[in-house]
Amino acid sequence: MGKLRPGRITPMLTAALLAVSVAACGGGSGEPAASGQPAEKIKLTVGLFSDFHFAPLYEEFKKTHPNVEIVERRAQFNDHHKNLTTQLATGAGAADVVAVEAGYIATFTPLADKFYDLGQYGLGKRQADYLDWKWSQGLSPDGKLLGLGTDIGGLAMCYRTDLFKEAGLPTNRDEVSKLWPTWEDYSRVGQQFVAAKVKGAKWFDGPGENFRAMVDQAPVGYYDEQNNLVAGTNPDVKKAWDLSVQMLQADESAKLLAFSPPWNTGLTKGSFATIICPSWKTGSIKDAAPTTAGKWDVAAVPGGGGGNQGGTHLMAPKQGKHPKEAAELIDLLTSKDNQLKLFTDAGALPSIPALYDDPTITGFTNPFFSDAPTGKIFTDAAKALKPQHVGPKAGDVLTAFGNALQRVEQGKQQPDAAWQQALQDLDRIK
Amino acid sequence: MATRAPDRPTAVPRHRSERFSRQLAYRLDVKASPYAYVMPFLLVFCAFGLFPLVYTAWVSLHEWTLLSDVHKFVGLDNFAFLLGDEYFWNATFNTVSIGLVSTVPQLLLAIWLAHLLNRPLRAQTLFRVTLLLPNVTSVVAVVVIFSQLFGRDYGLINWVLSWFGVGAIDWNAGTASSHVAISTMIMWRWTGYNALIFLAAMQAVPRDLYEAATIDGASGFTQLRKITIPMIKPTIVFVVVTSTIGAMQVVAEPLLFGTYSPTGGPDRQYQTLSLFIYENFAKLDFGYASAISWMMFVFIVIAAGVNYLLTRRSGGNLT
Repeated sequence: MGKLRPGRITPMLTAALLAVSVAACGGGSGEPAASGQPAEKIKLTVGLFSDFHFAPLYEEFKKTHPNVEIVERRAQFNDHHKNLTTQLATGAGAADVVAVEAGYIATFTPLADKFYDLGQYGLGKRQADYLDWKWSQGLSPDGKLLGLGTDIGGLAMCYRTDLFKEAGLPTNRDEVSKLWPTWEDYSRVGQQFVAAKVKGAKWFDGPGENFRAMVDQAPVGYYDEQNNLVAGTNPDVKKAWDLSVQMLQADESAKLLAFSPPWNTGLTKGSFATIICPSWKTGSIKDAAPTTAGKWDVAAVPGGGGGNQGGTHLMAPKQGKHPKEAAELIDLLTSKDNQLKLFTDAGALPSIPALYDDPTITGFTNPFFSDAPTGKIFTDAAKALKPQHVGPKAGDVLTAFGNALQRVEQGKQQPDAAWQQALQDLDRIK
Repeated sequence: MATRAPDRPTAVPRHRSERFSRQLAYRLDVKASPYAYVMPFLLVFCAFGLFPLVYTAWVSLHEWTLLSDVHKFVGLDNFAFLLGDEYFWNATFNTVSIGLVSTVPQLLLAIWLAHLLNRPLRAQTLFRVTLLLPNVTSVVAVVVIFSQLFGRDYGLINWVLSWFGVGAIDWNAGTASSHVAISTMIMWRWTGYNALIFLAAMQAVPRDLYEAATIDGASGFTQLRKITIPMIKPTIVFVVVTSTIGAMQVVAEPLLFGTYSPTGGPDRQYQTLSLFIYENFAKLDFGYASAISWMMFVFIVIAAGVNYLLTRRSGGNLT
């Protein structure tokens, strides 16, 4: 290679500057606003926290909007929501369309001045499609439409048929569902399973997720309708706690923290026989333990169906320069037809109740889960679902209780002391 | 080739004013230009070092959350709460404990490794590069792999221990065990790096001292103790101070060891000070997080000072 000569430096500098400016455009939320020229090229960014299987829908959008380019960005779940908070506070860097999960939606809907009112772009007409509670989760306190729902998280219980057989329990999903009408029954069957001493296997993965499901099924959870933190005084929370502790003391837990690497290993190795399954988790299990195909099945959730875990809204931050196109994209991504597609592709349970009787969904079976009729199971769960008000810091509250249960599990604290410390942690949540 | 200064008579200006301005230029050159040379660093340091430090102090005097535009001035309330906060003292204890468990064996091992390499060896470069390899590995990769090794059910370390009849240790759950696990990760990354710094210092020690000692019949260990260590003392002070500061700032290892849990385990058994700051920043409680940051800064200054005094006094002179 030759040395740098002055004659070469100028073009190289120019090239470098160009590269930098192109990169700067790529990092931002698109080129300056199209001033009244609909044919001008624009770019929409979509910020998600996992693969929503949206790619084919983008192509569909481009057919009617040939001038729009769509770029999807993904980040890890917690990072995604924390980044969004920072981007809103600093006024730069947010995507044109962002996904916000149910645990965080109440953090963002009060910030009506940071998001476009989608009602102004004609999306108010979609209200008739939606489950009432899912629709109202996307409203600001003064009634502006800030987000449209994609999916909801109706509950079921996934279980390992091979481990059930070894423990002498029934394996047929209808008989299994009859084993546990209530969580007390679930715990009792768990004791039978533990007594059968299946090698290397416990009854469930860890106490936190079951505790969460029990609270999700109650009419009131951690917050009341006025966003007051009532977790410490709500008898349903204490009941879920006591039952979780009881299951721990009966040695039913494999002591694995959900979504940690050892939990993934445990899924593959069959370290636990049952796991609470919101509809989207059927996808997580398949991704984390592909070799266990056919060993799983899906039964009804204990405690009578109700309860929602997760589910997402799409919102359009005001930093975006193309609110009209962003709103149209949100409309398309959440449309009735596409929610139907996303259920069969990604296990995302629709938030449009008219679909719960659609034969494509009710007749859907999942080969990974021994051809379980997950379409019917999850739409039944969705119909039985009693919506619960989600408060602004629900995620932090859940962490406090999850840590407390783990302290009991690891033998570091007596249940009462752990409960007291969890309540003290709640006092620190501002 | 010798250069000669220009003839003086031609260099002397004729008029007083001309001479004066020349003198001024000379003085400015001598006195001011060094400052001009370090100016770029100073400007960058002010923008990215000093300003954040001062601004953090300002934020720490407020009730300051990210999403609210109102920042209420609360004086020293954040610091008062901090001093009575048992989670803060727990994090301080963890930081000191992990710092000691990782730094002390690490530096002893690094000196020993450097001593081994400080002699004629075949493939010297290979050994030195190998020492540095763990340091260039991404910290995330190191923690992910070590977390697997320290796994409770399927970890390699528990498997090896089981040969000796030791039951499965839940490394993540215990306070002492988690500190050992995290310290191992830190030692893995930094021992070789420090060994190379020691090695560089050892190579500057005059060879004839060792030759004389060998003739006097001093063993290798005596030579290390009586010659090498006293001679490389300034380097030891430097490494101890930087390691101490590094140990105060440990954050990635405990965060990833706990699978992204900012509390550092359910019982905060391995939450370090940096992680405690991160937890409060993540809760968007910037005022409190800034107060913790300032307390940590004070701790680092104290720790560095104590280290300096201790290492300066110990060791003795080469006599």
